[in-house]
Amino acid sequence: MASTELDLPVASRAAPVRWRLPGTGRRLVSPLALLVLWQLASSTGLLPERLLAAPSVVAATALDLVSSGTLPEALAVSLGRVAAGFSLGALAGVGLALVAGLSRLGEYAVDPPMQMLRALPLFGLIPLFILWFGIGETPKVTLLALGVAFPLYLNTFAGIRGVDAKLAEVAEVLRLSRGELIRHVVLPGALPQVLVGLRQSLGVGWLVLIVAEQVNADSGLGYMINDAREFLRTDVIVVGLLVYCALGLVTDGLVRLLERRALAWRRGLLG
Amino acid sequence: MATRAARLSAEPAAGQAATVRGLTRSFGDRRVLGGVDLDIAPGEFVALLGRSGSGKSTLLRVLAGLDREARGEIGVATTVAVSFQEPRLVPWKRVLANVALGLRGPDPVGRARAALAEVGLTEHLNAWPLTLSGGEAQRVSLARALVREPGLLLLDEPFGALDALTKISMHRLVVDLWARHRPGVLLVTHDVDEALLLADRVLVLDGGRIAHESAVPLARPRHRDHHDLVALRAGLLRRLGVDPEETA
Ligand SMILES: Nc1ncnc2c1ncn2[C@@H]1O[C@H](COP(=O)(O)OP(=O)(O)O)[C@@H](O)[C@H]1O
Ligand SMILES: [Mg+2]
Repeated sequence: MASTELDLPVASRAAPVRWRLPGTGRRLVSPLALLVLWQLASSTGLLPERLLAAPSVVAATALDLVSSGTLPEALAVSLGRVAAGFSLGALAGVGLALVAGLSRLGEYAVDPPMQMLRALPLFGLIPLFILWFGIGETPKVTLLALGVAFPLYLNTFAGIRGVDAKLAEVAEVLRLSRGELIRHVVLPGALPQVLVGLRQSLGVGWLVLIVAEQVNADSGLGYMINDAREFLRTDVIVVGLLVYCALGLVTDGLVRLLERRALAWRRGLLG
Repeated sequence: MATRAARLSAEPAAGQAATVRGLTRSFGDRRVLGGVDLDIAPGEFVALLGRSGSGKSTLLRVLAGLDREARGEIGVATTVAVSFQEPRLVPWKRVLANVALGLRGPDPVGRARAALAEVGLTEHLNAWPLTLSGGEAQRVSLARALVREPGLLLLDEPFGALDALTKISMHRLVVDLWARHRPGVLLVTHDVDEALLLADRVLVLDGGRIAHESAVPLARPRHRDHHDLVALRAGLLRRLGVDPEETA
């Protein structure tokens, strides 16, 4: 190898090196350029603050919101809602999928109503939920739980039913008990699809949170954003949006991490 | 000995690894097995030949207890183990855990380790199945079957997907393992040479019945050019509807 490289003309080896940036560095160039343009547009008055605050203002406001405790407080309230709604929804979604997936009787009992309910427009339920639960935490958490439950239910159910029949035969030949079949073959076989469901349900979860908090809230990130609108504080709105963004990215990253650990056996397949 | 569920069940003849009488199996209107009679003595190595679609796998699945629709008398040894053409390893269990899966009795992991050593895979105990080569995966599958010390070992074209060189070493391995553990073996194959190199007795499944049977009374290891095998091969090929002159 080395000797053939030496035979190359020097120019053709040197030329590409001059512009080489690390991979991530190269990908950061255009977002940074946009940020600079945004700042310029704001500083020159082309972009009035009433429509969109300058990046520098947003950054200063973010620091203010953090040090004053406003943002941490709002964040804690919103995270509490998500945690409650997500746990309830995940428990219900996965639990029902296990019931439906592991027995015919369970499937007949659970799957038809689930398939009908999933057709309901989630946000269309808000008025009903307000009538039922008032405007406190209950309608928000319920809406979140519903939004989270369906992707997890559908994917877990499909995952269980999609387990390779040939492996089920192996389990039979090896005389595994039903419990062992479920533990060693069915559940691990369904896991990749469950994780797809988890990712989808987190996506839905953040969306539901944002909508539910906009509709009626007296605390939390949504309230902070709504309140800012009243005072034309576009800087606060942008900070709120960025926080939502970061939350979504963080949970997505966590699921990816989980996938990488739980699905390590697939690495052989992926090369 | 356990007698399997088939509709007209009876005790298998005493001391056999497998006994089948009047076994029939239809899929819809299509009768695939129409009265199969078969005995496998303990420790006997039987090969089952037949054209593609002749019902070899169907018969093997009945013996493995995977087919509850078949009718006839079926008796099999208490412990039956199976290895399929695709190794069917559980992909999310490492090699050692695959072999130990469902293993009862004392020290399952230790026994699984010993079985893997027997098939020469000590290096891969912690490997994920998807990282193994075809031959390695098939050896794990063999270890998983043999570690149960079966009285009847069912092999459904286990070497069908392997390259020629791997196949040769697998043939040696299987004969070694069989000589050491002495299960009754039913090897399903469509490879006449493979059947002749390995088996005590070669059966031909045709028209839903055992249409032909040849004993192979030769010591192992065998060489495919042995003159007795040449004659047997020609006879079997004719039975399978192939003109031996044309293939030679
Ligand atoms: N589950 C099934 N449903 C319908 N037909 C089947 C089924 N299993 C096998 N058959 C048919 O039975 C015949 C014998 O199949 P098989 O035993 O797999 O043949 P082979 O001798 O190649 O192993 C084939 O025609 C096949 O299509
Ligand atoms: Mg077959």
